[in-house]
Amino acid sequence: MKRTFCDLHLRAKTTDPTFKQLVCKNAALGFGMIAAPLPPDFLREEHDALKMACQEAELDPVLRIDLRPRTPDELIQQIRRVRRKFEVVSIICDTKEVARQAAKDRRVDLLSFPALDYRKRFFDRAEAELSCNGLAALEIDMKPLIVLDGPSKIRFLSSLRRETAIAKEFKVPIVISSGASELMLLRNPRGLAAMAFLFGLEERYALDAISNVPAEIVKRNRLKLDPKFVAPGIRLIREGKDC
Amino acid sequence: MKRVKRRYLALQLEFDGSLNESEFMSTLWTSIVKLFGEYGASLTNLSLIDYREDLRIAIIRVNLVALDIIRASVASVTSLANKPIVLNVVVASGTLKGLSGRIPKIKK
Repeated sequence: MKRTFCDLHLRAKTTDPTFKQLVCKNAALGFGMIAAPLPPDFLREEHDALKMACQEAELDPVLRIDLRPRTPDELIQQIRRVRRKFEVVSIICDTKEVARQAAKDRRVDLLSFPALDYRKRFFDRAEAELSCNGLAALEIDMKPLIVLDGPSKIRFLSSLRRETAIAKEFKVPIVISSGASELMLLRNPRGLAAMAFLFGLEERYALDAISNVPAEIVKRNRLKLDPKFVAPGIRLIREGKDC
Repeated sequence: MKRVKRRYLALQLEFDGSLNESEFMSTLWTSIVKLFGEYGASLTNLSLIDYREDLRIAIIRVNLVALDIIRASVASVTSLANKPIVLNVVVASGTLKGLSGRIPKIKK
């Protein structure tokens, strides 16, 4: 079966003039689904800009939000506010407490860690154990691998190698995104998968991380956001007096 | 003696201005050596088969065992003499005939 490649992280405002170019380039490179983070109280224009750009490029738009809470309580409050509005919720974990809470919470889809500060990459065995019981996947942006150089790139690669090994051991899904904000940072899906070879992810896993895993997350959440959804496996088929 | 298996790759180049084939090869070698060192580069047996600056297509031949090394290095290329450049592998094939049969389909 043919894979649908997904880039769940385009780092550009949907109202920016370059956003349309990024979307078109992504479509030309072979992606079928894209997401750009929207603010929690996004305006109608921002949503329309995303939809329009994707419609022109024949891509499937995904509503995504990036949350950066400072405490676990703030995380819970923010998720409660946005979960029903967005198809993908990503948490940028700046503290260990937030990372642990995000891994436990079944409403969280993606766990992101700062690329440049390796002390803030909290994806260890404890975190993996919590997230394998939840639904959160580890998100890896490829942009730092392209732009970094020298010791910072070496340190980043070594962190990624450790984290992917832990994720594989605990069967935590991995999502690979471009994280691109410029046209020159976009790569085709197989190029992104090839870069995952640098931190020890085999081609099969890497291709799944760009296609099946993100597509599964979006499908699961769209099903839940459907008004006819009751519980996993239960859908409202018909309602009325004759039922 | 065991036969060495090879792969032919068609690369699509994106750059502003001009880029001749020696500059292209030097960019590629630099990226491979930077990521995998001289030992890794020696495994690739990289050679340029065809270079079409007008079509922005290059065809290279590599050892099958080093295909991942080449793919990762190609994706890591970002600049040449401070000018941005992007390389994407568009087709990979075991024979040149198979490769050239698939390039026009992509160019449409």
